[in-house]
Amino acid sequence: MPATGCSIRGFGGGASRVDRKAGGVFWLAVAWLALVATLAVSAAWWPLPAPDQIDWVRLTAKPGDGHLLGTDNLGRDIAARLLFGARVSLFVGLLAPCVGLLAGGLLGILAGFYRGTIDALIVVVIDTLLAFPRLVLLLVVAFVFGSSLFSLTLSLGIVIAPSVARIVRALTIRIAEREFILAARAAGASDAAIILREVLPNVLMPMLVYMLVMTGLVIVAEGSLGFLGLSVASPMPSWGGMIAEGRDVLAEHPHVSMIPATVMFLTVLAVNLIGDRMRGWLDVRESQL
Amino acid sequence: MSQLLEAIDVVKCFPVRIKGKKKLLHAVDGLNFHIDAGETVGLVGESGCGKSTLVRLLTRTLDITDGHVRFRGQGIGLIAARAMADHPLRREIQMVFQDPTDSLNPRYTARQAIAEAVHLLTDTRGAAAIDSAVEEAAAHVGLPPELLDRYPHQLSGGQKARVGIARAIVVKPRLLVLDEPTAALDVSVQAVILQLLDRLKREMNMSFLFVSHDLNVVRLLCDRVMVMYLGQIVESGPAREVFERPLHPYTRALIASLPGGHGNDSDLLVGGDPQSPIDPDAHRCRLFGRCPRGVERCQTQAPPLREISRGRAAACHFVAPTQREVFVDAALAVHKVHVTPARRAALTTEFDRLADMARQVQSVRLPDDDAPAPQYRP
Repeated sequence: MPATGCSIRGFGGGASRVDRKAGGVFWLAVAWLALVATLAVSAAWWPLPAPDQIDWVRLTAKPGDGHLLGTDNLGRDIAARLLFGARVSLFVGLLAPCVGLLAGGLLGILAGFYRGTIDALIVVVIDTLLAFPRLVLLLVVAFVFGSSLFSLTLSLGIVIAPSVARIVRALTIRIAEREFILAARAAGASDAAIILREVLPNVLMPMLVYMLVMTGLVIVAEGSLGFLGLSVASPMPSWGGMIAEGRDVLAEHPHVSMIPATVMFLTVLAVNLIGDRMRGWLDVRESQL
Repeated sequence: MSQLLEAIDVVKCFPVRIKGKKKLLHAVDGLNFHIDAGETVGLVGESGCGKSTLVRLLTRTLDITDGHVRFRGQGIGLIAARAMADHPLRREIQMVFQDPTDSLNPRYTARQAIAEAVHLLTDTRGAAAIDSAVEEAAAHVGLPPELLDRYPHQLSGGQKARVGIARAIVVKPRLLVLDEPTAALDVSVQAVILQLLDRLKREMNMSFLFVSHDLNVVRLLCDRVMVMYLGQIVESGPAREVFERPLHPYTRALIASLPGGHGNDSDLLVGGDPQSPIDPDAHRCRLFGRCPRGVERCQTQAPPLREISRGRAAACHFVAPTQREVFVDAALAVHKVHVTPARRAALTTEFDRLADMARQVQSVRLPDDDAPAPQYRP
């Protein structure tokens, strides 16, 4: 039987060499994320100084010098701040896409399903929001909602909602013209039932993968906000805030910025790798349909 | 036989915009027909002639622009497609779709797909009761019960087609509309599914509207056939008669184009594109330009669908009406009565009935000197 491109992917046989390699990296990424998540949850139980405790003697200490990963320019333990900062990054990284999916998904499904005037209105809103530079939009939203963890999540969610809405709308339009929607209608399903039972499950699967991409973006966005001083308010540690605080001593003590930056980089990379791999699985599933 | 479904002057127009001008695409343009209880009616025509639009109008998943649809005497044409979901007649008209893959939601198993129809359209409640209804329908369409818990991508095309049919018949509709149910299947599977449909037709007390562009399929399966061209019915009649003695040039062309040497090459359509369904000229025959027999008159006067002989109708100037139709027309003209084509057809039928009675009495000279069909004499 001729083995054609995508249909054979993930089914063993000759084409799986690339996959197996990706599999190793994939599991590394999963392990890294699991580690970060575990450390974030158990942050308070480790024998580390409190994240806001200042060691006046050792400012900007090198890693290993009495502190596992050194201290920042205020003498606070970087390792402890990383762990507590992970809470912020993961919280925002997981919840902001959910907010975006909820708001954007709702708009996108309504627009794609009903088309017509509703669609035109929603598309105008989406396009307006997308035409705004992301960072400016973030600044505006963060300014309006303040800088608590909750409002940070909300504002990042709002910022990603329009692009989510656009993708969901496109997916919904494609699904709405398939015959099983007509079949559901012939079987007496109401609009609400069709949206919930027929459209949503088909939109949700691809969107879950997209959520992972969004998680990476949001973690980076939190870093950008931290740089502008618009992330969670000090002294609560966040990775973005830590990178920003090391800015002043970047030349003499690069580790203050570089350690959190590396951790953020690895985390975002891991999230993206997992997302890519999951998209691969989804493609296989879809191509079988 | 009683009429199950009756369509009267059904029109469906879609607004389109061409170079900034608003125009109307006449997808279905004034259809009159009926489907009797227990009857299998075939609807044939080329792609884009409005078959699928008509199917969606009759199954009330698309709003009608104008005209009436009666189902068991109840007008359902004016119900908005979205409001039809809750209508008690929803259950009675069910559909089998063209593409068995596309018509099943990839996220649900066969059992879930069939059960949803039971849940939405019948009063059957409780997992066990629904399950037994699903399994009964599956058995009816020859779907092994162990396949019920599979997802569509784990089923073959023929199995998916069976799921689609089971989903439609599980609620025991009175009218089953099949929109090219075998078009997306392999030829070998087509035959099996057609056998299944033939068996269902005999076993179940249902009417079928069988939409297809495959003439042979329609001939095998249907009692009566309607031929559609550009949104209008151009010929209708008992399937066997239409295939053996096609009247309308378009039907003759369809039959002549069948492989296997039916019909006559001179019947084939002449070159040229079909007319556009967008704002068509109401006074010109739709087939003009492709018709091998087109004359001046066809451009200035569109031929109406007229009853030619009992049960057979065609829309062509070259197909002569019977004398009794001339008689009805003359009677209408004398009394200066204007009637719709449907009413006129009804009057002609009424005239037939009277003529039959007259024949029985054997005392009245008939104005109809057509060669009478055998069933005319009791």
